[in-house]
Amino acid sequence: MATKPVEGHVVARELTLTNSRVISRTSSLDNDYKYGFVTDIDSDFAPKGISEQIVRLISEKKDEPEWLLDWRLKAYRHWVKQDFKEPSWAKIDYTPIDYQDIYYYAAPKSDNDSPKSLDEVDPELLETFSKLGIPLQEQAQLAGVAVDAVFDSVSVATTYQDQLEKAGVIFCSMTEAVHNHPELVQKYLGSVVPYSDNFFATLNSAVFSDGSFVYVPPGVRCPIELMTYFRINALDTGQFERTLIIADEGSYVSYLEGCTAPLRKTHQLHAAVVELVALDGAEIKYSTLQNWYPGDKNGEGGVYNFVTKRGKASNDAKISWTQVETGSAITWKYPSVILQGDNSTGEFYSVALVNNYQQADTGTKMTHIGKNTKSTIVAKGISAGKGQSTYRGLVQIMPSATGATNFTQCDSLLVGDECGAHTVPYIDVRNPTAKMEHEASTSKVSDDQLFYAQQRGLNEEEAHYMIINGFCRGIFQELPFEFAMEAQQLLRVSLEGAVG
Amino acid sequence: MLEIEQLHASVEGTKILKGIDLRVNAGEVHAIMGPNGSGKSTLANVIAGRPGYEVTGGKINYEGQDLVDTTPDDRALSGIFLAMQYPVELPGVRNRQFIKAALDALRNRRGQEELTAREFDTLYRAKVVDIGMDPDLSRRNVNEGFSGGEKKRNEMLQLAILEPKLALLDETDSGLDIDALRTIATGINGMRSSDRAFILVTHYQRILSYINPDYVHVLVDGQIVRQGGSELSEELEAKGYKGLIEPANRGNS
Repeated sequence: MATKPVEGHVVARELTLTNSRVISRTSSLDNDYKYGFVTDIDSDFAPKGISEQIVRLISEKKDEPEWLLDWRLKAYRHWVKQDFKEPSWAKIDYTPIDYQDIYYYAAPKSDNDSPKSLDEVDPELLETFSKLGIPLQEQAQLAGVAVDAVFDSVSVATTYQDQLEKAGVIFCSMTEAVHNHPELVQKYLGSVVPYSDNFFATLNSAVFSDGSFVYVPPGVRCPIELMTYFRINALDTGQFERTLIIADEGSYVSYLEGCTAPLRKTHQLHAAVVELVALDGAEIKYSTLQNWYPGDKNGEGGVYNFVTKRGKASNDAKISWTQVETGSAITWKYPSVILQGDNSTGEFYSVALVNNYQQADTGTKMTHIGKNTKSTIVAKGISAGKGQSTYRGLVQIMPSATGATNFTQCDSLLVGDECGAHTVPYIDVRNPTAKMEHEASTSKVSDDQLFYAQQRGLNEEEAHYMIINGFCRGIFQELPFEFAMEAQQLLRVSLEGAVG
Repeated sequence: MLEIEQLHASVEGTKILKGIDLRVNAGEVHAIMGPNGSGKSTLANVIAGRPGYEVTGGKINYEGQDLVDTTPDDRALSGIFLAMQYPVELPGVRNRQFIKAALDALRNRRGQEELTAREFDTLYRAKVVDIGMDPDLSRRNVNEGFSGGEKKRNEMLQLAILEPKLALLDETDSGLDIDALRTIATGINGMRSSDRAFILVTHYQRILSYINPDYVHVLVDGQIVRQGGSELSEELEAKGYKGLIEPANRGNS
């Protein structure tokens, strides 16, 4: 089940972890968030608020072709019809979003004269990356990770292009792809998540600023793990990235996405769309570490993360989502797979941790259409503080999906007695040959377990951490090695203050 | 090493220990025997500081320090180890990783350098062989899916690696077959030294035919009613608790 890690990436990212151990949270509220620093770079803002004019402006700034502007406008008009009515079925509670009080476009100034190499990138920007522990330069080379860094929506640096070029892999920003590979973008953009899909995806379709684009040619195994760091930087800037990954027939790609946002007092909206297209026999492995600013101990601030992620798998194709969600005040996210082709496979491995006043409503949708399609869902929710965590999933077996199988496991772990864990699994079977398995559990870190670990010399916090880490083991195993190390670190940082 | 004076303790409001006096010196092996419900497991847990075991009176002095208000991890780091009667499972936590973390914590407290992963690995493997643990189990998660006997063996593995000064063994012999009992007893005997003390809490005389205790204490209803050398356990085996206690009680009244 576990994909063999792509050879060539080494453990340089571990080095940055050692550093981050030192910079753990301190007691002062404002300093609590490890990545809470603000880089002062001139941003090129469009005015606040959304209108047809803004949509046109974004498209114009990016020098987009007519068809893309038309698509954006269609989305915008569809969105307006919804009259600011967000979907309300999720178990989340938040102050309403004022869509006219958000900047929809901010590009770092340095983008105006497009840097040709790292030397041309704003040094302050590079410093931001280094604070984040992104090994952009030598470290990146050591790590063998190509970083297409989305910084306030415009990609500023892409490494490892040579190696990728040799393999014929296209890894660039969405903006570049629109210009250099318009036929691919036009063919696949919106093919998995149409602009009319849901409120937030529609908004994204209208105003998306940038994102990553990947194309892997037929039969090619992408030689390195692709990685993008997203980071919301400008004040009150919603981040609307759009990512499109196409794995052509028989190809393989592993894509890593890490997200952090600096500390902000107000809530920031993040509404991204990720589309994965796995053609016949292809495999896409998509891993996410989401560490957006969660808000402070009193539930002030924090990112609203409303994300639509979906993949479509053709015959014999496989799409695997792995996510570790520790950040954001609100997480609303259901990475899904449409199992269109016969013998296709979908996987979803998730750890979602909420602490303080964080709320996460996350899960997946597996839509079985092809014959002998197979899906696996393993979701682990950890609730601490006053956090509320919900697993919401839909497994749908369509009449055509003869011989489909699904295995679902949802485990919740409670830390303390003021938090909540909820499981909302939907199962919709329309073909009698389907084989469905569902397991669910809710547990608390028991006093006996804590005493056992403490009796061996671990302090209460370490004891909690070790038990919770064990609870997540099955998911971490699905992550590429250095990402797994980082995930463990994130978990530790996110749990601070919840125990002990 | 350990001086207990007039110790009283309750569990969930029920008085279990009613005035225990016990003195354990380095190098000694003490056996605490008694019928079910006599309070012998409670004594071991109280010394280790298990939450829910409330000391209502008396003192526990360990190396000149009163333990009563210290945390379980603090006691562990000062060299107290409790091999549990019912070791819990820690799902997903690798046994090796768990014991390494414990040893790291201990070595930090002692001002020693942590072992490298390789050094620890060598130590771990050697102790797994010594203790007769199935190497496959040693690679698994802490006690997850272990049988009762395997769990006990895992306690012994931790004991052997962590090398405490004061080892409390709470019914370690129960649920063991004769071979396992012999291996574990051999392990304990091998660890006996002039700077380490053992307190064996046991229901049966069986393990004492492999480990010769220096002192035997018979605990009944929260009090030590008889004390003696290893011959006391034989007497106990022959007469049973009833036979042993009744004449003693008569003598007291």
